[in-house]
Amino acid sequence: MAYSSGRMLLSRSDGPVSRFRAWVFIVVPLLAILFQVYVPLFFPILSFLEMPLLVVVYLALTQRSQAGGIVTGALIGLAQDSLSKNPLGMFGICKTLVGYFAASVGVHFNVENTAIRLLLSFFFYFFHQFFYWVMQRMLLAQQPAFDYQSWLLFGALNAVVGTSLFHFLDKLRASA
Amino acid sequence: MESFVNRYRNLTILLLVIFAQFLLLAVQVKNDQDVRIIRVWTVTAVTPFARVVELMRGGSIGFLRNYILLHDEDAENRRLRAEVGQLKLQNIFLKNELNTSERAKALGVFQAHTPSRTLAATVIGTGAGSNAKVIYVDAGSTRGVERGMAVVTPDGIVGKVIASYPTASEILLATDADFAAGVISQDGTVRGTLKGQGTPLVKVDYVPIQERVQPGEWFYTSGDDRIFPRGFPVGIVRSVRDGQPFKEILLDAVGLDRGLEDVLIITQGVHQNIPAVPVADQPVYIAPPLPDESRNAAPAAAGAPPITEADKLRQEYQAAGEAEGHKFGSIESGPPNFTGIPTTLPKTPGPAAALPGGAKPAAGAATKTTESTRHSNQANGEPTGSKQR
Repeated sequence: MAYSSGRMLLSRSDGPVSRFRAWVFIVVPLLAILFQVYVPLFFPILSFLEMPLLVVVYLALTQRSQAGGIVTGALIGLAQDSLSKNPLGMFGICKTLVGYFAASVGVHFNVENTAIRLLLSFFFYFFHQFFYWVMQRMLLAQQPAFDYQSWLLFGALNAVVGTSLFHFLDKLRASA
Repeated sequence: MESFVNRYRNLTILLLVIFAQFLLLAVQVKNDQDVRIIRVWTVTAVTPFARVVELMRGGSIGFLRNYILLHDEDAENRRLRAEVGQLKLQNIFLKNELNTSERAKALGVFQAHTPSRTLAATVIGTGAGSNAKVIYVDAGSTRGVERGMAVVTPDGIVGKVIASYPTASEILLATDADFAAGVISQDGTVRGTLKGQGTPLVKVDYVPIQERVQPGEWFYTSGDDRIFPRGFPVGIVRSVRDGQPFKEILLDAVGLDRGLEDVLIITQGVHQNIPAVPVADQPVYIAPPLPDESRNAAPAAAGAPPITEADKLRQEYQAAGEAEGHKFGSIESGPPNFTGIPTTLPKTPGPAAALPGGAKPAAGAATKTTESTRHSNQANGEPTGSKQR
């Protein structure tokens, strides 16, 4: 054990980069979008889950590539935009930023820790919702409610689900 | 310069991607037009998967409900599992068939009765936004669906088509904040604009405060919006308050009350009259059960052609005439002698007097008379028979 626990949490610049098989980058986002499109139809209570966002966060964190995070976020966000009634780019811009920042965090911190993942999922959900709200007001001249209490609650729930999801997605990593 | 770009490569990519999306967004907002090709690609890529998932769900949900869950719940039946397995599987098959046919039948009955031309479609997904009030159905432009068409169920209006792709269509639900439609009250005195609020309740706007609207009253489409034909149920008034400058009227959207699985897209609308009685309050006539005697007699008569008392009487007279060599319909042959036929009329007058051959009225005959009277009364609008709301 060369590192103290504190260093394990904070530094991973010399750690291995997670590698996935190519199909993971297509199938996992597609499943996340399908989940978002299909599951709330029969279980409206699950509509608070932002599966595409959680997938963007995970892929960006584990890839440790800011450019990769940007592209992943932009593509998944635009796909989500295409299936919503809003103009293209709303989710795209939010998720691009989330992908970039998540990848930046992944470069500098060890994100294998469950507590860190929980915190990051919560933070990025809140960031995503807040930025989306700002864009709705500034770019679309809409007047959505600033429902920060719901964002906090749903952020916590998304964080819990996200942590479990990340654990599952870890198993899809290619063995070196 | 090169070293600067290399140093800030990721930040440069971020700015470029964000700028490109801002540009895309600005073009759409400024021109009020969609970049359709991107949506077509995505919808065409995603909807086949959604359709497969829906097919799997439809096929497996009955199996899960009727076999696996019950199978695991009842430990006492394990001993009998082998014996009843075949029957259960048959039952599952039949129930699935029934579920499917019931959904299709309800839509089919409505399609047959509504004068508008409609197209049945299955819901295969919702919008991807967290507060999305849009759904996707499996009928697209290849089946004739166009943007702006109205979407209904037998219960009431659902929404309108906001985009039509080759394999699917996007429908804005009546509960969405961007939705609007012209509505009219049941008595035809109050007109307003239906608006979604993003909640299960919808509101009727632009109704002056001097108008009288009561909770429980029904609203129907007025046809003013040129989307929904007149006369489709919209909702029941849940609450009414006086606001400024208009009334605040909230409705339960009846078309969305029971969840959505199958919908009808109105491809060619025909305006209808507003019904005098709300759809849900219209009485349903339930016919009396079959009498035991006729149930027992049915198998015996199954092989023979159906014959009435009048037919029997006619056959008797025809046989008597033929025995005398009389040709029915011919002027040359004289009148036949029917005195040999025994008298069949009963002595007491009454409904049974009409029965030939002296036959006593069957137990079911009285019921049949009552039943036919009921039907006749029903046709005349008189309240008969049991009613069920």
